[in-house]
Amino acid sequence: MGNKQTIFTAQQLDAYQDCTYFTRKEILRLFYRYRDLAPQLVPLDYTNHPDVKLPYELIGSMPELKDNPFRQRIAEVFSEDGEGNMTLDDFLDMFSVLSEMAPRDLKAYYAFKIYDFNDDDFICKSDLEKTLNKLTRNELTEDEVRMVCEKVIDEADLDNDGRLSLEDFQHMIVRAPDFLSTFHIRI
Amino acid sequence: TQCLCATTGVEDEAATFQQEHRHTGRRRDNDREKKRKNERRRKRRASKAEEAGDELPERSEKTDKSRRRRAKTDQEPKTGVKEDGEQFKVKSEKAAKSRKDVKNEKNKKAEQEEAEAGERNAKGKKRRESAQKDEKEVKQEKVAVNKKAQKVKKKKHKEVVETSSEPETSEADGDEEDDEEKEVRPETLSAEELEMLKEAVDERKKLIQSLRGKPWPMKKKLVTLRESQKFVEKYEGALGKGKGRKFYAYKVMMTKKWMKFQRDFENFKTACIPWEMKIKEIESHFGSSVASYFIFLRWMYGINLILFGLTFGLVMVPEALMGRPYGSIPRKTVPRAEEASAMDFAVLWDFGGYAQYSVLFYGYYNNQRAVGWLKFRMPLSYFLVGVGTVAYSYMVVIRTMARNANESGVGDDNSFNFSWKMFTSWDYLIGNPETADNKFASITTSFKEAILEEQESHKDDNIHLTRFLRVLANFLVLCCLAGSGYLIYFVVRRSQKFAIDGLENHTWWERNEVNMVMSLLGMFCPMLFDVISALENYHPRVALQWQLGRIFALFLGNLYTFIIALMDEINLKRDEEKIVKFNISTWEAGLFNGTLWENSTAPPVTIQPADVPRGPCWETMVGQEFVRLIISDTMTTYITLLIGDFLRAVLVRFLNYCWCWDLEAGFPSYSEFDVSGNVLGLIFNQGMIWMGAFYAPCLPALNVLRLHVSMYLQCWAVMCCNVPQERVFKASGSNNFYMAMLLVILFLSTLPAIYTIVTIPPSFDCGPFSGKKRMFDVIQETLESDFPAWFSRVFSYASNPGLVLPFILLMVLAIYYLQSTSKSYREANVELKKKLQMQNEENKKKSKRAALKAQLDLEEARKAASQNTEQQKNNSGSLQDLEVDEEEKHCTSHRMRHGKNERDHPSPGGDKDHQPAATRAPVPRTYHHDVRGPPGYLPGFPRQSEPRMSRAPSLQRH
Repeated sequence: MGNKQTIFTAQQLDAYQDCTYFTRKEILRLFYRYRDLAPQLVPLDYTNHPDVKLPYELIGSMPELKDNPFRQRIAEVFSEDGEGNMTLDDFLDMFSVLSEMAPRDLKAYYAFKIYDFNDDDFICKSDLEKTLNKLTRNELTEDEVRMVCEKVIDEADLDNDGRLSLEDFQHMIVRAPDFLSTFHIRI
Repeated sequence: TQCLCATTGVEDEAATFQQEHRHTGRRRDNDREKKRKNERRRKRRASKAEEAGDELPERSEKTDKSRRRRAKTDQEPKTGVKEDGEQFKVKSEKAAKSRKDVKNEKNKKAEQEEAEAGERNAKGKKRRESAQKDEKEVKQEKVAVNKKAQKVKKKKHKEVVETSSEPETSEADGDEEDDEEKEVRPETLSAEELEMLKEAVDERKKLIQSLRGKPWPMKKKLVTLRESQKFVEKYEGALGKGKGRKFYAYKVMMTKKWMKFQRDFENFKTACIPWEMKIKEIESHFGSSVASYFIFLRWMYGINLILFGLTFGLVMVPEALMGRPYGSIPRKTVPRAEEASAMDFAVLWDFGGYAQYSVLFYGYYNNQRAVGWLKFRMPLSYFLVGVGTVAYSYMVVIRTMARNANESGVGDDNSFNFSWKMFTSWDYLIGNPETADNKFASITTSFKEAILEEQESHKDDNIHLTRFLRVLANFLVLCCLAGSGYLIYFVVRRSQKFAIDGLENHTWWERNEVNMVMSLLGMFCPMLFDVISALENYHPRVALQWQLGRIFALFLGNLYTFIIALMDEINLKRDEEKIVKFNISTWEAGLFNGTLWENSTAPPVTIQPADVPRGPCWETMVGQEFVRLIISDTMTTYITLLIGDFLRAVLVRFLNYCWCWDLEAGFPSYSEFDVSGNVLGLIFNQGMIWMGAFYAPCLPALNVLRLHVSMYLQCWAVMCCNVPQERVFKASGSNNFYMAMLLVILFLSTLPAIYTIVTIPPSFDCGPFSGKKRMFDVIQETLESDFPAWFSRVFSYASNPGLVLPFILLMVLAIYYLQSTSKSYREANVELKKKLQMQNEENKKKSKRAALKAQLDLEEARKAASQNTEQQKNNSGSLQDLEVDEEEKHCTSHRMRHGKNERDHPSPGGDKDHQPAATRAPVPRTYHHDVRGPPGYLPGFPRQSEPRMSRAPSLQRH
């Protein structure tokens, strides 16, 4: 254990525990996962807050993310620069939100951001099409895609502006029975 | 790190601040008197501060700086928040400016007043410092005024935040000041201020606790956390007075310690969950459904561990340690005839020989009332443990079911069918390319299905054929079930014949026929069912449930045939027992007479216990049967696993290099992990444990062993040689299905056990209840001899049918009542849900209509605008003004919240009030922006959580 203590100070660990849904052990484990992505870049000493960023290519190649059709969006949403390059903080943040313990509201907020491909704070038709094509690997015909998108907007758009705002999305997603069980990553 | 504005909704705060000042402007006259009072207090403080001496100039400089910095930092986060856009920047700047202005005014005023009040304070350096303090106090007073005025609650909260952020900056300014302040504060603060401070501290604490749920980047969270902690640490100690203060400090310390302990404990607890990592790994490879099996397995393991603890600790160990040793009495010794082969492995493997005459089985236990120096009541303990095992299992299963029902009862309305498919169908847990492929395929098909359903809701092709096929399939399945039942009955009968002939002169197969046939049936019949179910053409999920139901029926039928056959055997044994009993009495008489004749004075001849003739002991026989069944079942499971999965995988993998078709993609391929089959196997295994545990106390131990091994074995097998299943199988919904099956099995398996305990008299020469008429007589006996007389009398009264029957009646009534109330609740729930849905639709329609109208109006306006180009410029100019006005109105009204300004408040329900606003052409858009982002409104969060947070403390205050 003595060896592990030097990565973070006790205060840092405590602070991370306050800011995420992880236990001490999990934080350390996540750190090692982070470090394993690029051992030459990430130092073993985080007590003086080194400024390290891992590029998206490394983050996206994690087995937890590699098969996820939305991996790029996830990385973009959680990274501070918006391009998927992540610091350790971002990394912890991401898995904290995607952990089992995170509440529905928080998850819904980030899910919205993930599905909002063009970052305009609305899920519009093009976002929906993108989502659908990613989900089905372009196996639906154009007509089908259009129809599904129309149905979705018809179902969930409450203020009738032709796109889904965060409220619409939350209203819809909190009723979904599977949302909590599917929107999480175990690490 | 000066970003003090990271507190909740600072931007809102700025605006409310503005309002605040408006209010206070009106009330300034009232305030003045109070200020005078404060003045006096301040003077006192200032005179103290004089002693502090030379540091002051520095400090004043610092405070000055800090104020400037504060103003700057106030603006920073506002610009930092992306969504807010330019509008808000402008607004916040405005707010900040006006705030500054007001502040300056305040300061000036305060200075003037001070100058009036006393020449002693002539030192200008001090003035600023005290002015700052004054400012704080003034603000707090404002809050007090507000309280009196009973204005909108939210403002108060904002004020609290304001005051709380204020001292923090001054704290950051310099340590010396801190020290001084700490000394000064507690005594000088009035009760009200203390209250405010306390609230601020509580606010901060709450913030710390809810921090992890905030959708902020980690950096912001860390900064906020640090500052809040600092603040709390600093002012916590200052709260309370005199004795109360000490107590408060103590309390704070204790809560801190307690928090730390809790956290450590939490860490410890998560570290203690067994196989967590393994399951997580599987989950990330195969998705949640396969993992649900392993979680179920772990849960089962936990239950069995407790059952094992009960039987081991309260039955087996006491008997082994304190009971009579092996060989002391006939029931504890291997009979002479079996002695030669008692240690053979084959015999031991069948749980005969030494294994049969050990603590593992019922027959070994003595009917001695109390054993050892502890006077441990052995028979009673045996009985109670048997009952307790079942009771505990019932409790756990039912409790888990209830909890699952709570969780899954979120709602099953279909109003968001496509949206849910779109946004929740991807399982983020999947981390394996093959699973991902399957998932993609299943999502695509599910979309296609939904589209088809949508397009033509009812298109049935040749309903007669499908109906016929389904009937045929069910007929076939019934035939299978009946056949398997008969086979088992036949085999059991045959084995009885073999047993009467003597087992030695039969082959291995003939001896183990029953178990083998049962295992083989359990293995092959499900496959048959699978083939048959292809006829039926059901939706996969329905088909799966049919399949599960059929396998369940098969297992159940097999089990019950087995039990019925066992009953027959028990009756046979009891007949045998009667004969043996008679023989023994004659044998004993003969022995006694013989010795008497030979030598009347000699002590009675000691006979080796192994030579004493004994009865067949049907209880041990039953126990043995169950143990054998479990063992053979376990073996079959493991062997199928090794051959069916591992060997197949190896063959497919390595023969693929030299084979004519693609083995991996083609016919044999790799096996899937069969979640439902495995779960069913587990459930039935558990049923057998529950059934047999009374007669063989070793069963829970065996089961624990089995589950432990199969955990590792199956984890390994899944990871190394299975492919994820293609069938869609929702893990979340099925949990209770499993639990319901488990409950049914539990009930069905306790039935025969209870039947045997209640109706069949125990064997006369083995087991803890030997010599009694019925097993439960042990309770009666204990009552009579171990409890005072009055207790047994009370008990006998209580067990009088005249009392018991009404009691049962009462219970039935209560159950009926609860059931009917729950039913009515459910109905009300459905009704409400329906109403809600209707409301929703209506709202949707309304807003749709409103939007349409707005669009029309917009077009009209455009037309009108294009017609007369001359006036257009003027028009648009005024329109813009209007827009700006609207904006401001909204932003203020938004903060006013509720009350009379409700009209402007956006309600998605678009009432009549809403319509005029919506009809004005350019408004809806800006309107929207306004709704989305009052400054500092991070979409979704603060707006939902903040009112709640603010309301709670203000309610407490009243």
